[in-house]
Amino acid sequence: MVSLYAAAKKIYPRSVEGIFAYWRWIFVFATQIVFYGLPWLEWGTRQAVLFDLASRRFYIFGLVLYPQDFIYLTGLLVVSALALFLFTAVAGRLWCGFACPQTVYSEIFLWIERKVEGDRSARIRLDDADFSLEKLVKKWYKHTIWIFFSIWTGFTFVGYFTPIRELAMEFFLTNMSSWELFWVFFYAFATYGNAGFMREQVCKYMCPYARFQSAMFDHDTLIVTYDTERGEPRGPRSKKVELATSNLGACVDCTLCVQVCPTGIDIRNGLQYECIGCGACADVCDTVMDKMGYARGLVRFSTQNAMTNKWSSREMWQRLMRPRIQIYTMILSAIVIGLLVSLSLRTPFKVDVVRDRSTLSRITEYGTLENVYRLQIMNAAEHLQTYRILVRGLPQLKITTETEVMVDPAQARWIVLRADIPYGSADPGSHKIQFEIQALGSDHFVVEKSVFIVPR
Amino acid sequence: MSDFTSNFWSVFVAAISIIGILYCAFLLWFSAKVKVAASHDTEDGTTGHVWDEDLREMNNPLPRWWLWLFIITMVFAVVYGLAYPGLGSYAGKLGWTSTGQYDAEVAKANQELEPLYASFNAQTPEQLAGDPKAMAVGERLFMNNCAQCHGSDARGSKGFPNLTDGDWLHGGTSDKIKETITKGRIGQMPPMAAAVGSPDDIRNVSHYVLSLSGSPHDSVRASLGKPKFGACAACHGADGKGMQALGSANLTDKVWLHGWGEEAITAMINNGKVNQMPAQEGRLTESQIHVLTAYVWGFSNKPAAK
Repeated sequence: MVSLYAAAKKIYPRSVEGIFAYWRWIFVFATQIVFYGLPWLEWGTRQAVLFDLASRRFYIFGLVLYPQDFIYLTGLLVVSALALFLFTAVAGRLWCGFACPQTVYSEIFLWIERKVEGDRSARIRLDDADFSLEKLVKKWYKHTIWIFFSIWTGFTFVGYFTPIRELAMEFFLTNMSSWELFWVFFYAFATYGNAGFMREQVCKYMCPYARFQSAMFDHDTLIVTYDTERGEPRGPRSKKVELATSNLGACVDCTLCVQVCPTGIDIRNGLQYECIGCGACADVCDTVMDKMGYARGLVRFSTQNAMTNKWSSREMWQRLMRPRIQIYTMILSAIVIGLLVSLSLRTPFKVDVVRDRSTLSRITEYGTLENVYRLQIMNAAEHLQTYRILVRGLPQLKITTETEVMVDPAQARWIVLRADIPYGSADPGSHKIQFEIQALGSDHFVVEKSVFIVPR
Repeated sequence: MSDFTSNFWSVFVAAISIIGILYCAFLLWFSAKVKVAASHDTEDGTTGHVWDEDLREMNNPLPRWWLWLFIITMVFAVVYGLAYPGLGSYAGKLGWTSTGQYDAEVAKANQELEPLYASFNAQTPEQLAGDPKAMAVGERLFMNNCAQCHGSDARGSKGFPNLTDGDWLHGGTSDKIKETITKGRIGQMPPMAAAVGSPDDIRNVSHYVLSLSGSPHDSVRASLGKPKFGACAACHGADGKGMQALGSANLTDKVWLHGWGEEAITAMINNGKVNQMPAQEGRLTESQIHVLTAYVWGFSNKPAAK
């Protein structure tokens, strides 16, 4: 009889070398160099990538985005989702095993742990040992490095939202604002907790992507597979035993594949929901096979169809471009192209027209009928820009206020505008009109709809 | 909880919250104690529970730290219920209210703006009108508090005076503008039909009024109306130029707040009009009114050199 709640058993992944471990480190470096380095880049006189929430401007290199550009974020999320669909359909939980921050930070934290406490067996010994000065020093040393690394991570994260150079000054002068302080330490705490302690528990019990990725697998999806037919019956043997003449399979039952697994499963039991597809077991098994002088690939990326039908790898790869993958690829590339085209053709300003509601319309002493509008011109370019405002939609409709206005770089400005027609030149009622706003010195323009009201 | 006349709903809401928390605690305690068959106890590796003929339950225990998450949420609920107004009409130990938070934020903002307004207060409205920073503040104040009636461009509309034309019912000096904003104004034109005379007399007076500003009119009627204008002269003056002390309109210019033409003027003489500018005192601070005064004054005047 057991309880409904089980104490989590700590997993001590053994270090591993090989092609997949190599690629994982490539991804660790690629993602982290970008993450830690990006906020320090300068673009002209400002930070190259800065999400200024207070003034609601989002700077990404040459782009200045307004909250009204939310559609691009939506596009980015759609692209991310479709990319996840595509990669998962091709090769399972590639994202989980190689690029997910949870994996990447766990990998970094494990590396630190290994440098301080040693590899798997040394760590198990240390944890089992009674309290000693050595244990205290090692643990203290490890946690200190972890905490420093976490704070640096939290600091970098906040550096995307508040200029990082100023933040660094504030940090060292210890006069950060309370919200900056909160987010630096909250993000640091999350990093420390998730990468130092929670690790595979996040993937197993918390992550929703882990669960719904299983729904994208099919029989031609590459997954980490143990070749049962080749491996069984497993068992230890002397190096001198000839594989062909013995009644044993290729698996020497060294359990290294279990020891290196970051989620603590035995891949020889087949595909399990905990498997993050990192390929550590495949790497370590290859080293064992090399030592034994056996062929590599007892544990390898293969598909269910290839396994059951005993396909050659050529046959397996031929199934790669199945319709599902083609459709994903097509939709993904269409959206990526659409997003890029729309970004490059983007008009670098926006206009909102708000009709004055209090003053429906007025008759002036010059015998004209006047309507009042407020225009908000949002300049998304980083230079002072002059705009020319035109109006059309009614005969003799003209703007009586200034038609050329200047807006500061990356600023929005409200402009009060009057338009009039000669009295009696239009029927009573509401007439559709359009404002055309041109950015002088470029061929960009925006057309906004509004109405002109003639009283009864 | 002033919405409710009886205490019942307050007690009801509080009871549901408390019973909910207690029930969660009981459920948690129970589920932590209960034991189920382990996978090695049963033949098929399940808990042995079978539903709907063939649905069997695997035993995949939750991690124990999950239990702590439940406990933390319950502790949070209890602390929150005590500290904040979460249990019926109980106000909470911290005494937090949404209006209180709003007031605190306003007070904080006012405190931050104090030095800025202090520098504004040190200047006369005439000087302030030349200060772009003050005018930016003035514009926002105007848009939020005045533009609803006077229009975004301050040119008003029928019944709402144009603030940019240099024509003032109650005076256009900065002092008078400030007085108007602070205390509000009531413009009153009494029904004058009885005093003027017959409907025909009223039409004649209308044409005379039109003639004062050189507007198109019937000159015969105007000359007939002139003697009847005496009834109007008490407020509008013998020359029809109005008196700012009374707030009576100048009839000799082409500003027609309540409509132009014989029809509108006849209606005005017959029915009169009460027009009100609400007092802003109490809604806006003195410093805000000071800035607004400068902003409004600046519509029809050139700012003084510093």
